[in-house]
Amino acid sequence: MAVDDGLKIELGKQGVFVTTIEELYNWGRKNSIWPMQFGLACCAIEMIATTMARYDMARFGAEVFRPSPRQADLMIISGTVTKKMAPQVVRLYNQMAEPKYVIAMGACAISGGPFKQGYNVLKGIDRYIPVDVHIPGCPPRPEALLHAFMTLQKKIDEQPLTGEGRPRHLDAEAQSEFPVPVQGEHDLEPASNKGVWTVPVVIR
Amino acid sequence: MASNPYFSLAVLFVVALCFGLTPLALAWLWAKVYSPAKPNAVKNAIYECGLESKGDAWVQFRSAYYLYAIIFLIFDVEAVFLLPFAVAFTGLGLAACVSMLVFVLMLIEGLAWAWAKGVLTWA
Repeated sequence: MAVDDGLKIELGKQGVFVTTIEELYNWGRKNSIWPMQFGLACCAIEMIATTMARYDMARFGAEVFRPSPRQADLMIISGTVTKKMAPQVVRLYNQMAEPKYVIAMGACAISGGPFKQGYNVLKGIDRYIPVDVHIPGCPPRPEALLHAFMTLQKKIDEQPLTGEGRPRHLDAEAQSEFPVPVQGEHDLEPASNKGVWTVPVVIR
Repeated sequence: MASNPYFSLAVLFVVALCFGLTPLALAWLWAKVYSPAKPNAVKNAIYECGLESKGDAWVQFRSAYYLYAIIFLIFDVEAVFLLPFAVAFTGLGLAACVSMLVFVLMLIEGLAWAWAKGVLTWA
């Protein structure tokens, strides 16, 4: 960072605009996040409402819901992920182009929510794919989704292009393929992706 | 060369080409430099709603569907020609009305043929 923030503000007052490639790059990225068009459960209704005129997600450059993972940057896990659906979700996440981000919307996507005890419900999508922003709520209001989206924008804005914490697509070492679970005899196999999720130790 | 009357056109053509190709080239370069590809087997697979695709995409349709095409044509073309006919009806002479009648009768014949063939009976 050649120019610190104070100097930048001072220069701005004098009519000189200073920026860096990193800032421009992230500014473009964060304002053109295209979510993937798929809804899993009732949270999807709130997600749809968020894109409509009243809440108007288009204000943040995210109105272009893409019906193909090839063109999407953001996956909004909007609702309960059943064990039947989880392989498809992970597969779609794998098929998205880099850089990709995930918002886990609602209690079910985070942990299974009210259906956590259900035999067929995945206890949180972060067992298989890395989640960037979690939104609690059942379902979260559209404002909450907008807040999560702005949080994601802030996260993207703060990502350096080199070194630690750079976006995944610039990191040759970053994991690109996440194993798609298969239906086992009793549960999905594997039950979680060890690379992104550590099995919590239950203390009784 | 510059005296050729088509010289300005050629210049405009080149400019138009550059106008279209430059952004594409820049986008390609930008992606090449800043966005190294991360391909893998799942990503390169055929996209089908998150499911693994099965079977062949080269599906054949039955040629018997030609009947629907013909019947569609009968009603569609009829409607297209009848509308201007109906609009201009009061100002038309006898010859026009007769030729229109022949046209409609020909289409009705097609419908009668389809009817006789049993196409209209939904099995």
